[in-house]
Amino acid sequence: MTPARAYWNPYLAGVALGLVLLGAFVLVGRGIGVSGAVASVVATGVEAVAPEHARAKAYFDAYLGDGTVHPLANWIVIEVVGVLLGGLVSATLAGRFRLAAVDRGPRIGTRSRLAFAFGGGAIMGFGTRLARGCTSGLALTGGALLGVGAWVFMLAIFAAGYAVAPLVRRQWT
Amino acid sequence: MTALAENLWLALAIGVAFGFVLERAGLGNAVKLAGQFYLRDLTVFKVMFTAIVTALVGLALLASVGAVDLGRIELPATFLLPQLVGGLVFGAGFVIGGYCPGTGCVGFASGRLDALMVVAGMVTGVYVFGEVFPLLAGFYSATPLGPVTLADLLQIRFGIASAMLAGFAVLTLVGAEWVERRFRPVERLGGP
Repeated sequence: MTPARAYWNPYLAGVALGLVLLGAFVLVGRGIGVSGAVASVVATGVEAVAPEHARAKAYFDAYLGDGTVHPLANWIVIEVVGVLLGGLVSATLAGRFRLAAVDRGPRIGTRSRLAFAFGGGAIMGFGTRLARGCTSGLALTGGALLGVGAWVFMLAIFAAGYAVAPLVRRQWT
Repeated sequence: MTALAENLWLALAIGVAFGFVLERAGLGNAVKLAGQFYLRDLTVFKVMFTAIVTALVGLALLASVGAVDLGRIELPATFLLPQLVGGLVFGAGFVIGGYCPGTGCVGFASGRLDALMVVAGMVTGVYVFGEVFPLLAGFYSATPLGPVTLADLLQIRFGIASAMLAGFAVLTLVGAEWVERRFRPVERLGGP
């Protein structure tokens, strides 16, 4: 296996990320999101399994729209497909693609780490819906537009992250 | 909305660029992401703040020469309390799971199983939210301030606020470098 290439300098990566965001602002008139696409996928899934239930739940119904356009044929869902593709291409070219790899600290087993990953993901997913966005669509996008809610959200993320970190230290260090 | 704004190929291209840069920055790696919260690796902070300032200053410059109309860019609306509480919930989930939604997608795309679990968890969390939404609908729409900016709040011009934030970013990034040197675990000392 070829050794993985080094990651980019964080400041250069930050400038590159900022230029991508600026491009979205100028060309499309909006930023870059992720969690909204998850909501579209979930609503579509619920509709496939239980169509009446999906329509009866206002939150899913809003993401399903009026039925004239497929709920997955929207800007943010396609953009997230791009995120997956871009990540795959970059990891492959850099020799960093590792199938079924599990990122964890030295003091935790694979099974426990996967359970924490699922639980953390669920808590985070719930949080994105309460806040109407995630680190991409609210913190990064709104932050770069000086949005008040975006900065409140971002500060709250860091505050809670640092507060909870000592409780899950075993997972990472 | 212009035709360009609805173009799904452009959506795909912007997503590809976003995912590519996140992966190159090392943000598809949960140990690196979580390192932020133990002050061992402040890559998340450095990349994010640099990106925000780059886009913000670029936008302010383009607006100042009339190349961009800030009013035509969609600013996420502020809902103060739900975004505060949502951020606290999100932050806890982030350090437990190790990825945020975008970086979870990139981690999954680079083959990681733990990132797939985060994505699966996220789908579950969003589903649960949709099911219990009627109970939360009041709070969800509480304290709406509309699309308000920090510049509006301070009653200063957008360009001035952008310059102030850029200056603040330089100071905190210098601070971040110092913190990282101070807390970086010492290698090659041996022992646990």
